[in-house]
Amino acid sequence: MIGIEHYLVVSSILFVMGMLGIFLNRKNIIIILMAIELILLAVNLNFVAFSAFLGDMTGQVFAMFILTVAAGEAAIGLAILVIYFRQRGTIAVDDVNRMKG
Amino acid sequence: MQIFAFYLFASVVLASGAMCIFSRNPVHSVLWLILAFFNAAGLMVLVGAEFIAALLVIVYVGAVAVLFLFVVMMLDIDFAELRAGFMKHLPLGLLLALVLVVEIIFGVGAWQSSGMGQATAAVGIPEGAPSNIEQLGALLYTKYVFLFEAAGMILLVAMVGAIVLTHRTRSGVRKQNVANQVARRPEDATRNTQPEVGKGVEL
Repeated sequence: MIGIEHYLVVSSILFVMGMLGIFLNRKNIIIILMAIELILLAVNLNFVAFSAFLGDMTGQVFAMFILTVAAGEAAIGLAILVIYFRQRGTIAVDDVNRMKG
Repeated sequence: MQIFAFYLFASVVLASGAMCIFSRNPVHSVLWLILAFFNAAGLMVLVGAEFIAALLVIVYVGAVAVLFLFVVMMLDIDFAELRAGFMKHLPLGLLLALVLVVEIIFGVGAWQSSGMGQATAAVGIPEGAPSNIEQLGALLYTKYVFLFEAAGMILLVAMVGAIVLTHRTRSGVRKQNVANQVARRPEDATRNTQPEVGKGVEL
């Protein structure tokens, strides 16, 4: 029988995979954004699994809100990426120091 | 049957997540991401969260992944150059990932052995209970209605922000001016001439 631990293991591996993706593809911001989506997917999976196995719908409501925020984040992130590419002609993010912050 | 479906979905979601990260071509990465989302939706269906699963397919596969695909294909990027540090970071990254996953598994194990994980209810909808969407709607439009409004606000702000960021007025573009076109009369635009044979018409 599939228990909650199975879901937790899957979602934790997915989470770590997203983190590894951020770590490995440091220069390519598109892959970084995709890795962030993977991380959010893992969190969503966790929420839904707990919601189902504990019999509490709140987890699914929050999964919906996470979905909303993830969609907004992807839209804004890609918009910033597009204007950055227009200005610089590259998307290598490890040398973004225009503002010298 | 459920066990088989779970292992199928779980293995495909993990494999496609890995391929999304390690793939050389970002277009392939996006496609692997789509596969991962589909299978995660399958996992969610297995525990009875149909609405979230449908939302995942509609929002992620239908909107976000297509957005990624657009951006990846629109920008002319030298992706080989961007992969320069990949192999250098690989051993340390794998080590870090391994440490983190062991930590998480230990955390789950501690949570299990502490007895807090015993409250697992049976999966599946009991007889006579309202459906998943009904329950979700009943909760969303009553207890979480302000959060729901806030989510709509976030989406609005994201939309306006994305438009403001990427919109630009180009110079030197010929646009149609409908008022000018409507106001144009035949006597302004044409004239009658009777040129001699062999002579051209001055414009």
